[in-house]
Amino acid sequence: MTENTASRMAIIAAHGTMDAAYAPLILATTAAALEMEVGIFFTFFGLELLKKGKIDHLQVAPIANPAMPMPVPNIIGMLPGMTAMATMMMKNMMKKDNVSKLSELLEAAIEMKVRLIACQMTMGVMGVKREDLIDECEIGGAATFVEYASHNAITLAF
Amino acid sequence: MSDKFDQMLDCSGLNCPMPILKTKKAVDGMQVGQVLKMIATDPGSVPDMNAWTTRTGHELLSHEQDGDKYIFFVKKAK
Repeated sequence: MTENTASRMAIIAAHGTMDAAYAPLILATTAAALEMEVGIFFTFFGLELLKKGKIDHLQVAPIANPAMPMPVPNIIGMLPGMTAMATMMMKNMMKKDNVSKLSELLEAAIEMKVRLIACQMTMGVMGVKREDLIDECEIGGAATFVEYASHNAITLAF
Repeated sequence: MSDKFDQMLDCSGLNCPMPILKTKKAVDGMQVGQVLKMIATDPGSVPDMNAWTTRTGHELLSHEQDGDKYIFFVKKAK
């Protein structure tokens, strides 16, 4: 390849719902498969993805999520149990279509040497300690991410 | 086109991005010049395998469809 294409992908993962976790992990693993260097910066609610044992227990809430197909008015989503139900529905849809589990994608990312960087600042703000997070991640700040992304990287935010 | 291959990878039932991830892992473990036969049921794997071989420089020798299965022959180029 002689054209000047990006050799790196830098992703910011700032949300911790199940649907929001798929995009960074699928793109990261695919970019790694395409032999790019990849780094994901987990900040705010994205830190949920890095918490030990949490990756397969993320949820998706139907309330205030009008894009989610529901047979009832959206406000019904506020009732107890609705989030769990919506999460289960979505998990079943994923399973039916043979979409990989988030833990499988995270494992693949680690295996393919995707850098997982936990945001130091939001760890402090949200009271997340180093031992709450998986061993394979590193801790960094905004400068770490910006520096990483400055090297001709495709930069995405989710 | 010869149907000779050195390794077989069956990704039937797996959806994006797994066929590509597994193909990469398989090809990484092979010798240069060897051929991987990959089978997938994910229709997205057709453009994906094209993109993957273009990007990585490995050679997509051929691809064909057999019912709901897509069969690819990839040669490790480097």
